Amino acid sequence: MKSRESLPSWYELPIGGISRPNITPESKAGWRFEKPVIDNEKCIRCRLCFLYCPDAAIVESDEKYTTKTGKTYNVSYKINYYFCKGCGICAEECPVKAITMVPEV
Amino acid sequence: MTVNIRIPRTVWDLPREDYFVGGHNLCAGCTAGTIVRNLLKVAGPNTIVVNATGCLEVSTSLFPFTSWKVPWIHIAFENAAAVASGVEAAIKVLKEKGKIDPNKKINIIAIGGDGGTFDIGLQALSGMLERGHNVLYVVYDNEAYMNTGIQRSGATPYKAWTTTTPVGTIMRGEWRDKKDIIGIALAHKVPYIATANPAFLLDMDKKFAKALQIDGPSLIHVLMACTTGWRFDPKLGIKISKLAVETAVWVNLEYNYGKLEVTTPVPKRKHVREYLKLQGRYSHLTEEEINDIQERINRKVEEINRAVGKEVIGPLA
Repeated sequence: MKSRESLPSWYELPIGGISRPNITPESKAGWRFEKPVIDNEKCIRCRLCFLYCPDAAIVESDEKYTTKTGKTYNVSYKINYYFCKGCGICAEECPVKAITMVPEV
Repeated sequence: MTVNIRIPRTVWDLPREDYFVGGHNLCAGCTAGTIVRNLLKVAGPNTIVVNATGCLEVSTSLFPFTSWKVPWIHIAFENAAAVASGVEAAIKVLKEKGKIDPNKKINIIAIGGDGGTFDIGLQALSGMLERGHNVLYVVYDNEAYMNTGIQRSGATPYKAWTTTTPVGTIMRGEWRDKKDIIGIALAHKVPYIATANPAFLLDMDKKFAKALQIDGPSLIHVLMACTTGWRFDPKLGIKISKLAVETAVWVNLEYNYGKLEVTTPVPKRKHVREYLKLQGRYSHLTEEEINDIQERINRKVEEINRAVGKEVIGPLA
């Protein structure tokens, strides 16, 4: 959170307390004990972690990736550690166990 | 711009873009985030969300931040459905006056918790269903008032511990059955009623899409495993939701114009013990009490099989 000095005064607040859209800039990294790490070699791009994540912390991109066995995928998954709370749903639900929970620090 | 809702056939039919973004203050492992993300992925940007008080509301709209990329309004516990009706009526009038393109499809979604729907908001919900507004009402059911500190609600299941149904020698948790909200909605002759579960993602998303396509009121009742109130490890949220279906504690069904269909048939169901043993709110149960719960589920399964007309949920494995 911002410090007390930088909070807006009453005349700066929008009418009705309407928040500006599209901003949730608070990091949730401090909530974590363990962080998920994706193994791109094992991942089969089933999209389940992306859809199950309650915090929208798994980012899907069009980045191409070729595994060591020569298989090329057109999508890649990365974890946005700014929003990840480390709940572990992605690691638990991954059908090939490509996501592992690694202790923080 | 007209956006037509299409029923997703595979998980790849869902858009990449999120209209419910991360950084909200829901507990780690809270499946409400999963439900709402998928709901807005299906509904798209032309959506107005009316949110009753509850966990979802207080944790996603801490001033001056918001997690919603669509127009969103917060109202009290009791009038989510009433406000959604008003929004729908206002849009109808604006379309008639030509202020909004009459062909533009605008989805109106009301979201309420189980407290705001089963207990406090039941009257407004009944009014909305009866007047026939074109609104989708989504109940995310975590089976107690989790936001205020785990007090029992009409949705609390039999024998579950809450702070107002404590466990001792005389009281053994909740002693009443869960309220049948689907039966109440069914009595209103609503075109589309369904129950869904975030563990069965595609099934849930199909139901959201079907309900948004239908012109008229619809109600979707979604099970939401609550890591804080049900007392389990945050990573097990989806697993417990899946077990609820596999043990027939929860049945994924839909009533399309009154026609009942079970969308996830279970050929061999598991013993209810599998579901109960993962949750701290059931940790006080004795073997007799578990058998009592199993007996009640057996009766419910029989009823559903009779209503469908064939065996959709099989015997105990």
